[in-house]
Amino acid sequence: MINSRRVRRWTSNLMVGVVGLTVLIGILPLFLILGTLVVKGAGSLNLAFFLETPAPVGETGGGVAHAIVGTLLIVAVACLMGLPIGLAAGIHAAEFPGTRLSRATRFLADVMNGTPSIVVGVFAWTWVVARQGHFSGLAGSVALALLMIPMVMRTTEELILLVPNALREAALALGYSRWRTSLTIVARTALPGLVTGSLLAVARIAGETAPLLFTALGSQFMRTDVTQPMSALPLAVFAYATGPYEEWHRLAWASALVLILLVLFLSLLTRLATRSRFGSHE
Amino acid sequence: MSDRPRVEAQNLTASYHGKPAIREVSLSFQANQVHALIGPSGCGKSTFLRTINRMHELTPGATVEGSVLVDGKDIYTSGINPMHLRRHVGMVFQKPTPFPTMSIFDNVAAGLKILPRSERPLAEVVEEALRGAALWDEVKDRLNKSALSLSGGQQQRLCIARTLAPGPTVILLDEPTSALDPTATQRIEELLYKLKSKYTIVIVTHNMQQAARLSDTTSFFYLGELIEHADTKSLFTTPQKERTEAYVTGKFG
Repeated sequence: MINSRRVRRWTSNLMVGVVGLTVLIGILPLFLILGTLVVKGAGSLNLAFFLETPAPVGETGGGVAHAIVGTLLIVAVACLMGLPIGLAAGIHAAEFPGTRLSRATRFLADVMNGTPSIVVGVFAWTWVVARQGHFSGLAGSVALALLMIPMVMRTTEELILLVPNALREAALALGYSRWRTSLTIVARTALPGLVTGSLLAVARIAGETAPLLFTALGSQFMRTDVTQPMSALPLAVFAYATGPYEEWHRLAWASALVLILLVLFLSLLTRLATRSRFGSHE
Repeated sequence: MSDRPRVEAQNLTASYHGKPAIREVSLSFQANQVHALIGPSGCGKSTFLRTINRMHELTPGATVEGSVLVDGKDIYTSGINPMHLRRHVGMVFQKPTPFPTMSIFDNVAAGLKILPRSERPLAEVVEEALRGAALWDEVKDRLNKSALSLSGGQQQRLCIARTLAPGPTVILLDEPTSALDPTATQRIEELLYKLKSKYTIVIVTHNMQQAARLSDTTSFFYLGELIEHADTKSLFTTPQKERTEAYVTGKFG
C-alpha cells in the first residue's frame, strides 16, 4: 500500500517535471527573441530615433519616425476599411446562422484566413498598384484590410454566439425589431469581446511585412499622403537588415524592438478592454 | 360587450418543422384574471403561451394554424405587426433576463425608448413601472447601478417592471419563479395577485400549488392537447377528466 503510494507520488512528480519542461521549451523562443531585441536594439533607442527620419548613408544617428508614422497611417486606414466589414459580416453570420449567405461568408472567411499574406499582397497589387500606376500606402492598407476582415469576422461571430439567447428573446418580447435587438442588445453585450478581437487583429496586421513589400513599397522620407509610397516598421526592418551598413543593422534591431513594443502595447490595451467588462458590474 | 374574452384561441395548432406541439386548442381568457397553464414537461403549455405574442414563430421551422384573438382582433392576420403586438402582450421568462450592459433605470426604460415619445417624462413612467413591480423602494437610490447588482428575485421583478413600462394589457409569464428561492417566489406571487386588477395574466407553471394559490382559471395540457379548462377551484377539487385528476393528485408528471 505504502509502496504504491510512493510510486504514485514519484510518477506524479515526474509528470509535473515533464510538463514544466515542455512549458519552458515553449516559452523559451519568446524570451530569446525579446532578449536579443532588447540587447541589440535598446542601445539605439533615444528620442531622435522616434522623431527623426533616416540620416544620409555614412552618417550616424537618424531615426525611423517615417516608418512609425507610416505604420500608424497604413494600419489606421486598413482598420477604417476592414473593421466595419468584418464586424458586420460577423454579426450577420451569428444572428442568421442558417442562411445561405452566412454559410457562404463563413466558408470564404475560413479560406481567406488560410491564404498566405503574400498572396493577398499580390491581389492588392493588381487591384490598386497596377491601376494607380504606382505603389502607395493605400494599397498596403487594402492588403492589410483583406487580411483583417476574416479574422475580425470569425472572432465577432464566436463572441456574438456567446450572448445568451434569452437576452435576444427578452428584447424581441419588448417589441424590438431584429436589427435593433442585434445592435443595441446583443452586439452591445458582446462589445468588450468585440474590442478585444479587433485589437488582436490590429496587432496581427501591424507586424505584417510580405503584403507591404509590393504595395506600400517603403520610403526614406516622411510621408503622410497615403496615395504615395510610404514606409512602415516591418519594411524598415527588412530594408535596414538586408542593407550593407553596420549603422543600418543597428537601426533594424531598434525598429524591430519598436515594432514588438507597439504590438505589446496593443495587447495590453486588449487586456484592459477585457478587464473593464468585469469592472463595470459593480 | 364587456365580458368578451381578452384572449381567445380558436382551433390553434402550433408546429415545429411540421410536427405539432399543440393541436386544435380552443381556449379563452377573461380580462383581469390570472390564468394558469399546467401540465408535464413537453405538453405544449409554453408553446401555447408563445403563440399569444407571436414569439413562437421566431423559432426556425415554427408554424401556426388557427387563430388567436386579442381584444377581438385576430393577431395572425397580415395587418398585424408582431412588434406592435408585443408591446400590448408583454412577456416574462423563466430566468431573469436583465440587459447586462444597462443600468436599472435603462432596463425599465428599454421598451419605452422604441415607442413614439410620449408627453410623460421617462423618469415618471419608469418610477410607475418599478412601483408596479414592487421594486421601487429597493432600487430608488441606485437607479444608475448595473441591473446585475440585484438579487435573482429583484432581477425578475425588474423584468416585470420592464414588461409593465410600455403599458401592456396582457402579461405572459413562462415559469417566472422556477429559478427563484421560496421567499422571492412568494413576493412574485403576491405581486401577480395585485397586478391582475390592471392586467390579464397568463402564467405557465410547473408548480401546482402555485397554480392553485394564484390563478382564477387553470388549463391542463397533456401531450399537446388541452385536456381540461375550468375555474381553478373546480379543476383541482372536482376534475372532470381522469387524466386531470391523475395529474393534480400527483399520480404522474
